[in-house]
Amino acid sequence: MIQGLTRILVGIAVATAFSSGALAQDNKVAEELAKYREALADGNPADLFEVKGEGLWAEKRGPKNASLEQCDFGLGPGKLDGAYAQLPKYFKDTNKVMDVESRLVHCMVTLQGFKQEDLTKDWFSKPGRESDIEALVTFIGAKSNGKPINVPATHPAEKKMYQIGEYVFYRRSGPQDFSCAICHGQDGKRIRLQDLGNLTTKEGAGTAMKSWPSYRVSQGAVWTMERRLIDCMRQARFPEPKYLSDSIIALQVYLQKNATGTVMETPGIKR
Amino acid sequence: MMKKLLIAALCAGLAQTVLAEEKAASGKLVTKNPVTAEAEKVFRDSFRIDNPKYWMQRVEQDEAMKLCGQYKDNPPTALRQKIELAQKASIRYPVEGKLIGNWKEGEKIVAHGRGGHVGFIQPDKPMTPRGGNCYACHELDKKEVAYGTIGPSLHNFGKIRGYSDDIVKYAYDKVYNSNAFNACTNMPRFGLHNWLTPEEITHVVAFIMDPESPVNKD
Repeated sequence: MIQGLTRILVGIAVATAFSSGALAQDNKVAEELAKYREALADGNPADLFEVKGEGLWAEKRGPKNASLEQCDFGLGPGKLDGAYAQLPKYFKDTNKVMDVESRLVHCMVTLQGFKQEDLTKDWFSKPGRESDIEALVTFIGAKSNGKPINVPATHPAEKKMYQIGEYVFYRRSGPQDFSCAICHGQDGKRIRLQDLGNLTTKEGAGTAMKSWPSYRVSQGAVWTMERRLIDCMRQARFPEPKYLSDSIIALQVYLQKNATGTVMETPGIKR
Repeated sequence: MMKKLLIAALCAGLAQTVLAEEKAASGKLVTKNPVTAEAEKVFRDSFRIDNPKYWMQRVEQDEAMKLCGQYKDNPPTALRQKIELAQKASIRYPVEGKLIGNWKEGEKIVAHGRGGHVGFIQPDKPMTPRGGNCYACHELDKKEVAYGTIGPSLHNFGKIRGYSDDIVKYAYDKVYNSNAFNACTNMPRFGLHNWLTPEEITHVVAFIMDPESPVNKD
């Protein structure tokens, strides 16, 4: 596996250094990158997080010594098959539109008795610190593998969140005049060598949304959708939105509605 | 009385619709987002209240940013012209007045892509220099193959257009404030935001406009 990877990486370097003609070169690089992704998918480290998440789901934990097995992600208590693919959605019990992560934290608070501020303080992993939330979301996401994304946003509260998400997507600010649309509003563009999806279309949004949560090779960690979006804001040179904040949930409603109909392939693996 | 109110309300509604839907330059009907005020509040409420003030300045918007966002980067013609005129007036020049600097300095600036990231998770170290990050979107020197395609290729920029003072000024103005030429373009306004100093911009200009620069060499 590692040998295969090395060979492909050398292949990319060689292709990059010697081929002539920009277009031929671009195609060659894209081809080699596709091979690289394929090789990576052979053994996705995200599988380990999925197994860990499955354990955490059933384990009695927290001050209330309870499992998460009664958590309702919109299809009924404990029903996880296809649940991730139909989120975010409006929940009557909280009177809020919630994504998978805000719903999970809600269950960890109400069922297990954890404190919300403790859960959201260290929600993401970093070297030397693992994240239960990332493992659980990987497990819950995988239960939608093969299911089509289905976020029609027909409830008035969902419709409103879609519009807010669309507003945020096009909202420009910061010292570089960035918005999401600058990089993700056109077909067939690239930043450096990285292909950019047009997230305003079904194809672009579908390609982007179907494979999260995803193992990121460059980060050595599984990233959830919230982590992905919050980091986009960082790259745009904005301050970070808070974890579970409504603008991040609204963006997901916008993207999931655009992606609706695309079949999930999760956990994914990315650069 | 009720009837009068109703008619007034209907008229107000109609006027709003007319304002919200105007023809863009492309001829396509553009619609202003109907939830602007509420969405703006949601966006602002999603940041920590203990964020330093200078971080939060980055969510403020000037008129151009607001209009571009509200019209999905495709404002009606009259607004587009208004934006471009106002942006043109913002351009400032180096004190010595020379708009073309040193291409070797420019080469470093265009290739440098870091700097300016804030936040609690993965900020840049303090004093990280900021670069133009031009290769993210443009092809320039042929030798750099890892270039993006959001903007046009700038390879042979000067060779194609000629090395005239007019083109030098155009290049300077464009890097300083791209919106002066094309409202709601994807390109940042490097000078307006002081992301690059006027002097740094002259070096970037030299990189694409000096006949000796690799951009114009092959």
